[in-house]
Amino acid sequence: MREIQYKEIVKTVRDIIVYSASNLPQDALKAMEEAYENEKSPVSKEVLKQLLENAKIAREEARPLCQDTGLAVFFVKVGADVKIVGGLLKDAINEGTAKGYEEGYLRASTCEPFSRANLKDTVGYNLPAIIHLDIVEGDKIDIEYAAKGGGSENVSRARVFPPAAGKEGVIEFVRECISDAGPNPCPPLTVGVGIGGTFEKAVISSKHALFRDIGSVNEDPEMAELEETIKTELNKLGIGTMGMGGTQTVLAVHIEANPCHIASLPVSVNVQCHSSRHTHITI
Amino acid sequence: MSKTYYLTTPLSDEEVSQLESGDIVYLSGTIYTARDAAHKRLVDLLDEGKELPFDIKGAVIYFVGPTPPKPGDPIGSAGPTTSYRMDSYSPRLIAEGLKGMIGKGKRNKDVTDACQEHKAIYFGATGGAGALLGKLIKSAEVIAYPELGPEAIRKLEVENFPITVINDTHGNDLYQIGRSQYEVK
Repeated sequence: MREIQYKEIVKTVRDIIVYSASNLPQDALKAMEEAYENEKSPVSKEVLKQLLENAKIAREEARPLCQDTGLAVFFVKVGADVKIVGGLLKDAINEGTAKGYEEGYLRASTCEPFSRANLKDTVGYNLPAIIHLDIVEGDKIDIEYAAKGGGSENVSRARVFPPAAGKEGVIEFVRECISDAGPNPCPPLTVGVGIGGTFEKAVISSKHALFRDIGSVNEDPEMAELEETIKTELNKLGIGTMGMGGTQTVLAVHIEANPCHIASLPVSVNVQCHSSRHTHITI
Repeated sequence: MSKTYYLTTPLSDEEVSQLESGDIVYLSGTIYTARDAAHKRLVDLLDEGKELPFDIKGAVIYFVGPTPPKPGDPIGSAGPTTSYRMDSYSPRLIAEGLKGMIGKGKRNKDVTDACQEHKAIYFGATGGAGALLGKLIKSAEVIAYPELGPEAIRKLEVENFPITVINDTHGNDLYQIGRSQYEVK
């Protein structure tokens, strides 16, 4: 059994939240630079230039890239040989989240669903964090984190198709989602697509797909090909950067596929804005 | 061909009528922040026949919920939020004299009709450029609803704040124009 201190988890979570808010990860930065090179529209190119300048200012002056510093989303894999000393894992992640948002001067964006009262003064900053837990072999804790903004989350959608819909149905569903969204989710986008499983499995898979590095290739050749097909289709939409019109509407399409019921073909589309603030750390 | 303008608030009918979708405007002067919750309260005040917390005639509202300022700064990161959530409130404020809105994303027909009828402009600022845009805000003061936190109404002083005309007073829409040029059917 390896012992990991509660306080170490709190500090790790706090630190990655503060760092991610102002440092666009290398994969996202590279994808944005490539979009800038490839964009045909002068207007979209100009906006991409502004966004690259924004990333530079954010990094150099430790200012948040975007005022929407998101809700904190975690995928955590805990090794079966880990013993956490001093408290519960979930509490440690929440405490680290509250500290990160408060000490990093990040926005308190959590509110009650109907009264819309901001929860800042009652339960802390941006709590509870959204945590997806898994138990795996080994003696480490693996933490994937992303700050998920509201604008791109608002255009995401899921549906359970009959199996006959097939690949064509999936492609059309994603195309319609991104076409309807237009400028709203802050393109150029990363599009996470969850396929198969049950309804909620597809949704969680589409979220997790967004944590993958932009530019990485899907291990499943069939899905890798489908990703490229969908990306090509989406870039035909002409939406461009921030909807100004252009050829670079999506940076990447990431698919996570799962076996599903013989009666169903669940599909979920989770959209990520150009400011793909995600990170991965192992304790 | 898009033109570039340097304007200072409050804006007049003449100033906004000359603008066309795609024009770049560098805006200076006082602007006010408001998001969903603040918009609801402003419209409620109008329904009750009460005075608004700022003069709406010629005013520009920026749809933004900034991050908290670091010590010594007037404001944190401050890029635009998605505007459609204000669609049900904006026409009422436009009818009262609002001349400009700054946000990102599409507006509905009620808003664009009101922009034509009462002469108002919907401007886009670059979404996700919060660090860059926040630095162009010279001062910020909460003037109403501090309990709303990031959604409180703030009075901002800006200097050469870069915005683009999305919907003009003539019924044009930059998102439609831009997309139609690059869409492959």
